[in-house]
Amino acid sequence: MSVEPILKARNLVKRYGRVTALDRCDFELMPGEILAVIGDNGAGKSTLIKALSGAVQPDAGEIWLEGNKASFASPNDARMQGIETVYQTLAMSPALSIADNMFMGRELRKPGFMGKVLRKLDRPEMERIAREKLADLGLMTIQNINQAVETLSGGQRQGVAVARAAAFGSKVIILDEPTAALGVKESRRVLDLIVDVKSRGIPIILISHNMPHVFEIADRIHVHRLGKRLCVIDPKQHSMSDAVALMTGAKEPSPEEMAA
Amino acid sequence: MSNTESFEDVVKTRREENFAEFSSETHGLLGRFHHALHTTPALVPLIVLVSAIAVFGIALGSKFFSPFALTLILQQVQIVGVLAAAQSLVILTAGIDLSVGALAVLSSVIMGQMTFRYGIPPFLAVVIGLAFGTAIGAVNGWLVSRVKLPPFIVTLGMWQILLAANYLYSANETIRAQDIEADAPFLQFLGTKVQMAGATFTLGVFLMIVLILGLAYALRSTAWGRHVYAVGDDPEAAQLSGVNVHRTLMSVYMVVGFICALAGWVMIGRFGSVSPSATTGVIGNIQSITAVVIGGISLFGGRGSIAGSFFGALIVGVFELGLRMAGADPQWTYLLIGLLIIAAVTVDQWIRKVTA
Repeated sequence: MSVEPILKARNLVKRYGRVTALDRCDFELMPGEILAVIGDNGAGKSTLIKALSGAVQPDAGEIWLEGNKASFASPNDARMQGIETVYQTLAMSPALSIADNMFMGRELRKPGFMGKVLRKLDRPEMERIAREKLADLGLMTIQNINQAVETLSGGQRQGVAVARAAAFGSKVIILDEPTAALGVKESRRVLDLIVDVKSRGIPIILISHNMPHVFEIADRIHVHRLGKRLCVIDPKQHSMSDAVALMTGAKEPSPEEMAA
Repeated sequence: MSNTESFEDVVKTRREENFAEFSSETHGLLGRFHHALHTTPALVPLIVLVSAIAVFGIALGSKFFSPFALTLILQQVQIVGVLAAAQSLVILTAGIDLSVGALAVLSSVIMGQMTFRYGIPPFLAVVIGLAFGTAIGAVNGWLVSRVKLPPFIVTLGMWQILLAANYLYSANETIRAQDIEADAPFLQFLGTKVQMAGATFTLGVFLMIVLILGLAYALRSTAWGRHVYAVGDDPEAAQLSGVNVHRTLMSVYMVVGFICALAGWVMIGRFGSVSPSATTGVIGNIQSITAVVIGGISLFGGRGSIAGSFFGALIVGVFELGLRMAGADPQWTYLLIGLLIIAAVTVDQWIRKVTA
């Protein structure tokens, strides 16, 4: 393999009491790709994602980010190292504005006395950047960046959350079920947005139960089963029923798929 | 992708809509009013305050509508106003603090006893009192944030503890105003009167106003303030988006403790004496919560502004003085305040409905 994975994990183990959620699991994310992670409920894919986003600390195993060994003590720690996660709940404060939410936890302060001593936020600058980032992703013809997030539709909120993840020079974006709560039309827009983020060169890990969506935008599909990576398949060479069969154990992967 | 079903192609072709368009639709007068309230929650108490002053002004004439009477209201609300500022912070984080009044009284007792029992210079005594308040706030904050106890329970317990400690420590002895005036006038510093054109201000009133302005600035224009709102709105979301929830809660409770101790110092200025049996210890919490609720801060956290609480405290003050000047039974004040509380929460619920 000539290209080094941007995010790689080997032999990750995570036990909850007697349950082994991750059983010597491997993982690879290549630069610039959309990697879908699929698996039946209880297969351990959310534990895998939590381990990669810092929400869970694996009991054993190693993670490399851009070829360097990495460990994430908390979601914030992972974020500082360039792994942004868009949670299914979106993790936004509904009563606060779009700009406030985009900069939550990494606010900009005014230069000079006002910022240093009085710790005054640089509102105009934060609003400008927020507007720019959203416009960058073709997200909106904005009239009011100070609108409270609770006044947005589900798709718009998802869009803002993705824009927030993409806005801060991140190396990897993890999207957890981005279309699960959306209608058909809004899902469409969010998928376009994901492809758009990918075209900027940011690799994406997409967790989804929606096979048509996965097969449409993923470059590779990581099939998770019984706490480990069963195989990685190419959506162009497999059908959705193949994927479901692999996921549920109805079909065994071929040897070359195991090696992938 | 030959095997991908194409049931979504229908919508794929229709790309002419923008992804997220923000149109500020006008829903008529009521809609615009609703929107204004949603963005500026302090508007309701301000309207009530101005109308209350207008009504009493018309009914009572210059007796009420005079610099003297209007500034008297400020003097009468200074303690509740300072406590309400503290209470607002806690309630914005979706908490509640029942110990504010008791902490103010005990802090004032400590300031007095430090000077009169141990002979510590009054300035240092005040500093010790303020430090004590901050420390108690830290205990409350730690129990809420680390031990994860409900704020109501923590501060209900703390209220009783502080009140009992207050009587035990002071042996229920009042330090008389004359003694303080003679030996430690600094303790009464905030009671210093400033006269201008018939209006009487005390330094305590100025302190209250500066405090409100300072907190309003901090809440609106600093990262800390945004974090306070985010934690009150949804602590899990705040944590995931990178806010240190524990540190935010600790800082809020400590600032609240500090402000309560300040209120204790204001009390000495207002009453002249240090009295462990001041009613603030028993009803200060309810008074401050009343001001906060009338001021439009949501008890569910994350919504409202500190200016609203200040207006809320003033509304209560206007009603009390106005009705007393009108010669009404004081019970009417409580009855009207009760109505206002229910009305304020009703309005809050209405504001929270975004899709009106």
